[in-house]
Amino acid sequence: MKTTAFTQYHIELGARMAEFAGYNMPIEYNTGIKDEHNCVREKLGVFDVSHMGEFWVEGPKAFEFVQKITTNNVADLTDGKVQYTCMPNGKGGIVDDLLVYRFREDKYLLVVNAANIDKDFAWASKYAKELGMEIGKELINVSEEWCQLAIQGPLALKAMQKMTDTTVEDMEYYTFKELSFGGIERVCFSTTGYTGSGGCEIYAKNEDADKLWKAVFEAGKEFGIQPIGLGARDTLRLEAGFCLYGNDIDDEHCPIEAGLGWITKFVDGNDFVDREYNEKMKAEKPTRWLKCIELLEKGIARHGYAIEDAEGNEIGVVTSGTVSPMTGKSIAMGYVNAPFHKRDTEVFIRIRKKTAKGKIVRSFM
Amino acid sequence: MNVPENLKYSNDHEWVRVEGDVAYVGVTDFAQSQLGDIVFVEIETEGEEVAQNEEFGTIEAVKTVSSLMMPVSGEVLEVNEALEDSPESVNSDPYGEGWMIKISIEDASQLDALLSAEQYKAIL
Repeated sequence: MKTTAFTQYHIELGARMAEFAGYNMPIEYNTGIKDEHNCVREKLGVFDVSHMGEFWVEGPKAFEFVQKITTNNVADLTDGKVQYTCMPNGKGGIVDDLLVYRFREDKYLLVVNAANIDKDFAWASKYAKELGMEIGKELINVSEEWCQLAIQGPLALKAMQKMTDTTVEDMEYYTFKELSFGGIERVCFSTTGYTGSGGCEIYAKNEDADKLWKAVFEAGKEFGIQPIGLGARDTLRLEAGFCLYGNDIDDEHCPIEAGLGWITKFVDGNDFVDREYNEKMKAEKPTRWLKCIELLEKGIARHGYAIEDAEGNEIGVVTSGTVSPMTGKSIAMGYVNAPFHKRDTEVFIRIRKKTAKGKIVRSFM
Repeated sequence: MNVPENLKYSNDHEWVRVEGDVAYVGVTDFAQSQLGDIVFVEIETEGEEVAQNEEFGTIEAVKTVSSLMMPVSGEVLEVNEALEDSPESVNSDPYGEGWMIKISIEDASQLDALLSAEQYKAIL
């Protein structure tokens, strides 16, 4: 099992550890998932997200390459801006969802899911070679060399400001700066994250991991900062209505069905993989849609549970579900067949021997 | 890990407190610590005869669903209804307020096969 630069800290803090995407990761610390979840919503919390993958894309073909393999319009980016996007798989599914950072017109950083690093790099390499790019020079996998902490919550930027002379407190959402932080000469400070509570993500070299960990906790101490495990990471993203690759999006569903039409841009100059498929899907309307479902009766929907109509006919499948630690409501996401996907439609989740009534909602927050 | 001396234990991490010919059943401190925050306890076997090692309900943590297994055969006489509104009692007081069911004991010899506190500690 692989470790991150912070694994020893988690163990010393008494975290319950488990393997995730091949890495030994903290699931929760001593106060539990609910407390960690609420700490991020109300104050700020720190996630070790060093397992995420990072690829550099450089050179004269960089723009054309990123434009080709991702659905969003890379031409919308300027230096210092970040874009959420996904890679279609050429068969109407999704290879991964990812972030694209524009450092320069000819230099981009792609940040991908830990579980997909090898798959994504192989996929990206195929297209890079077609464009005559040199793997290892113009497309470089630096996942093993970097560590990353996500500091999320309403107080995150205010707290982290203490560790740098560059102004970060008023940075816009989905932007980044390279700056010195807590005695580290250069980190990439990015106002991104996957919790719905704002904050930042800081990328550094592995050799600076100790300095980064200490600086982040020192800065956040007076605000009540806590380490947060993968358990709360999942409840936070689900409550915010964000997709998790492997649960809600995968090689079998296209971005339009997954509600990712907003990152799938059919504009001139964005000739991405599967554009034709997705454009047709958008025009003809999908037969199933990824939707948020709030349960109105007792029970918790889990990945794989059937969704039924009032007559007991199967009309979909749950992809994620939990009890919202903030509201106590039972919430889920799942693919629901049209026309049952429309807002406020009553649906039923098959939970063991019974069903629990729920309804389609726009969001949970 | 809290393992009270006066209780019997199953290999599935349920505890049994015998009171004459009835018994109270719940999950152990170890079980709740492994599950994490309990968000839902569903027991719909009240009034039913449930055999040893059969499921009498389910317990759900934030991330997981687990079966609750009968440590000994018997009828489910009573369900702890307080858990419906406060499942977190299973975390905070697994041997007290977090009890789950009261059962009749069908075959007292099954109790002898359960683990003592000392034996249970040895499997943790």
